[in-house]
Amino acid sequence: MALVDGMDPKAFVLAASALGAGVAMIAGVGPGIGQGYAAGKAAEAVARQPEARSVIIQTMLLGQAVAETTGIYSLVIAIILMFANPFIRLL
Amino acid sequence: MQPRTFTVPPPREVFRVGPVVVTETVVNTWLIMAVVIVVAYLLARRLRRIPRGAQMVLEMIYEGVESLVVSAMGPGRRGFLPYVGTLMVFIFLSNISGLFGLRPPTADLNTTLGLALITFFSIHYFSIKTKGLRGYLRSWLEPIPLFLPFNITGELAKPISLSFRLFGNILGGYLILGLVYFYAPVLIPVPFHAYFDLFVGFLQTFIFAILSMVLIALAME
Repeated sequence: MALVDGMDPKAFVLAASALGAGVAMIAGVGPGIGQGYAAGKAAEAVARQPEARSVIIQTMLLGQAVAETTGIYSLVIAIILMFANPFIRLL
Repeated sequence: MQPRTFTVPPPREVFRVGPVVVTETVVNTWLIMAVVIVVAYLLARRLRRIPRGAQMVLEMIYEGVESLVVSAMGPGRRGFLPYVGTLMVFIFLSNISGLFGLRPPTADLNTTLGLALITFFSIHYFSIKTKGLRGYLRSWLEPIPLFLPFNITGELAKPISLSFRLFGNILGGYLILGLVYFYAPVLIPVPFHAYFDLFVGFLQTFIFAILSMVLIALAME
């Protein structure tokens, strides 16, 4: 059964999945802000204590990687929607 | 004419043993294991008291991992060095195997979830070993018994976030490189390889190892 007259339901699901993948990647905003904040604070810390540079960079990278997790979740969802679409099989 | 479209195939099936499907991921893992075993055997065959040549490189890697373990877990936990070292060598070689035209084994959730489950079971094993069964069970009820569901969720989230972080990063890099190769196969992928394979590969290795160590060390306190 087509939702709109003359429209292939498969095309509709594919279009909605493509939109969904795009919407999922909006989550990339969060890690972007978080990682930028961490990098800014690390730059301040290096300016204050240049001798602790390597420890600061190591801590910054670790914190950024943890902050990145939510963004990675959205990336995985977007990839699933694009390349391993679970909804198309329900038709 | 059918337009060319970009798709990313799941790991290819190489062969089948009865009901068990052996995919590209498994075969590439074997390749990496073979490389590690052969290199380790050849380089560690004649060790000298005064290192030179390849032995210097081996000792630099060893000392790097050792300082990481000591700084993340404390000097009394040097016993974790073999595990962490193995983990780092395997994950790093898996991550950069895209450079050699292989599909990275870590771009498959099965591999990363397996690695994360080793860490997950180590957390609970070493927690019971240091605190005793009674202390371990009590740690689920801290700070107050009402927190039990939150503690359970938090423990289950650890292997999921560990495995998805590595999987998502490497798969994302693999996809972007696939896209680049699809549209511009010559010369242009080089800087993308440097970033997604070498830089991200090393960073994710480092982060997986550090987080595993911190989680195990925290459980032992």
